[in-house]
Amino acid sequence: MPEFTPFLKSLLAAPGLSGYETPVARLIEAEWRPLVDEISRSRLGSLQALKKGRDGQGDRPSIMIATHMDAIGLMVTQIVDGLLHITEIGGIDARVLPGAPVTVYGTAAGQTEELFGVIVQPPARTLPASLGDGPIGLNYLLVDIGLTHKQALQKVQVGDLVSFAAGPVELAGDVISGHSLDNRVSVAALTVALQELQDKFHAWDVWAVATAQEEETLGGAFTSAFGLHPDLAIAIDVTFAKGPGANDWQTFPLGKGPTLAFGPNIHPFLHKKLKELADRLEIPYAVEVLPRHSGTDTYAMQVAAEGIPTAVIGIPLRYMHTPVEVVAYKDIQRAGRLTAEFIAALEPDFIEKITWDENP
Amino acid sequence: MPTITNTQLKLLEKLCNAIAVSGDEGEVRQIVLEEVKPYADEVKIDALGSVLVTKAGAKRSRSEKRLRVMLDAHMDEVGFMLVADDGDGIFRFEPVGGLDVRQLVGKPVLVGRGKIPGVIGARPIHLTTPEERQKKIPLDQLRIDIGPGGKAKVGERAGFATTFRRVGQSIFSKAIDNRIGCAILIELLKNAPPNIDLCLSFSVQEEIGLRGAKVAAHAFHPDLAIAVDSTPANDLPMHNGSENISYNTKLGLGPAIYTVDVGTLSDPRLVRLLTETGDAEDIPYQFRQPGGGGTDAAAIHKSLAGIPSVSVSVPGRYAHTSTLVCRVDDWKNTLALLQAALGRITPDLLAGKR
Repeated sequence: MPEFTPFLKSLLAAPGLSGYETPVARLIEAEWRPLVDEISRSRLGSLQALKKGRDGQGDRPSIMIATHMDAIGLMVTQIVDGLLHITEIGGIDARVLPGAPVTVYGTAAGQTEELFGVIVQPPARTLPASLGDGPIGLNYLLVDIGLTHKQALQKVQVGDLVSFAAGPVELAGDVISGHSLDNRVSVAALTVALQELQDKFHAWDVWAVATAQEEETLGGAFTSAFGLHPDLAIAIDVTFAKGPGANDWQTFPLGKGPTLAFGPNIHPFLHKKLKELADRLEIPYAVEVLPRHSGTDTYAMQVAAEGIPTAVIGIPLRYMHTPVEVVAYKDIQRAGRLTAEFIAALEPDFIEKITWDENP
Repeated sequence: MPTITNTQLKLLEKLCNAIAVSGDEGEVRQIVLEEVKPYADEVKIDALGSVLVTKAGAKRSRSEKRLRVMLDAHMDEVGFMLVADDGDGIFRFEPVGGLDVRQLVGKPVLVGRGKIPGVIGARPIHLTTPEERQKKIPLDQLRIDIGPGGKAKVGERAGFATTFRRVGQSIFSKAIDNRIGCAILIELLKNAPPNIDLCLSFSVQEEIGLRGAKVAAHAFHPDLAIAVDSTPANDLPMHNGSENISYNTKLGLGPAIYTVDVGTLSDPRLVRLLTETGDAEDIPYQFRQPGGGGTDAAAIHKSLAGIPSVSVSVPGRYAHTSTLVCRVDDWKNTLALLQAALGRITPDLLAGKR
């Protein structure tokens, strides 16, 4: 079990739905504070930590590493007979929800109270006959918190947050399964990078950013990239691992290294440098081609201010956006190490060395 | 009036967290054996694996006849069996018992005697099409994933990994159906009434055809039988706000007494025994709405030359899913009703008019 496991598990147990990241941000802040020089929350809630470069004098270039800390979840829309109607925060396939244990963060009584509940598929006879034995849409699913209507109204109100509640479990082959691995595993990878950088010389300033609101609007990445104005930016995020249900051509092997994304959302020079570095360090990786949007914070960071050269490091994950996502510890470790080594390898004049390969 | 003690709650938790997929009830059987042995006259495990317990009443005179009363609760639960090894810790599985494939996705499971953790995942929403999301995910797309290199064998069972939880009046567990019946039988044995000979069957394989109860009834030769089970409470609000008139049972209204289900016409003398007991002792009860579903009574009443039978169930929501919900008060009142009713059984009970 790698050293970061207890921290990762604490992140997985913490709420922090898009737009409501404070509980998880507090844990990350506590972990990062001893590793960085400055740390604060942005106006939209991203956690921004600065680790200064070590060449001492003058203006130093900076690189931003974005790992979004927000998680997908649900929100209460209505309370009927003590049962809660819900809507989604982030993209959720309602077919994965029936039977999922959840925590409802009830606020009706003033302070937030954590309530256990289960997402339930109501009995067929209470649903429109037209649904038959097909999938039951989110608008029909309910959360049962085991309370009477009166009790429920005393504790829960419309707008209260609902997160998945099943604790993480370790499976064979040093993999972990649970909800919100997207993208808390990348926060763990960035933490690994910050730890590795403690004993390394790095010329550049490093902005480690746990971004907010990625699953809905990329709001955290847009605004932190603008506010911090880094010279380079990398997002670490999860990508699709090979496994049951997934096709073979858009997916990458679990536990066989991170992916390095290639496409219009990624600066080809950075991509090339990351590949060369991984080869040199003998860190296994796969190239992930993304013809349009990378589906990560990089989409926001690339167009911040006057534009930023960007890259994406992917951590393969099975069953994305279900309560039983699966990631290999080794891939987290490798993504973190590659990030640290990339930062340490940046010469002060790296920006001037960026070239465009125009040869046919 | 019996109450639900902490000891009983702890026992139910232990029973519920055990995994006993039909045909592999060993874990629950061990708990049951441990609980019943100090109180029973005779305990045996029959040819199918059911636990059969007898406890004679108190002998008051040589000529007095006591009725042999069979109480049945099934030990098994719905679950899965691994049926093919896809390699690298990935297994195909099939359901054991009536499971809705829509309830399986996204669930953690425990595989085999060693309770190896696994998960049933699904294709990421990002890689699905809107048309695809209009259809349920078929069983042949689902796998149990125990992690790369994980070791399990085809033929091993798997169960939901849900752990027991109590929230106020509510109990959440994967196996309320029917560990709650097992817990009730154990408690009744501990307080066995002197006026009857008690025959308890902790039956196997109810979920796949009432198989344990059928042979248990044969072995016991009882005068009458009561199946104690968990029955669906479909008491949720209707999607369109209209009145729910086919709720089967409702949580909180007490034990559900069966009149007719798909497999049994309850013996009216036994229905009367229960309702009269409830009325006399001020124990709430409800009639299960006549209709589909069934219990071990369906197998028991047709055994031998016929065994007058009835069923009493604790209402529970979300039957045959990873998490059911029931109420402590319904459990308590079911136990109270049965205990009081057993105490009121006289040798001429079945001489009454039907």
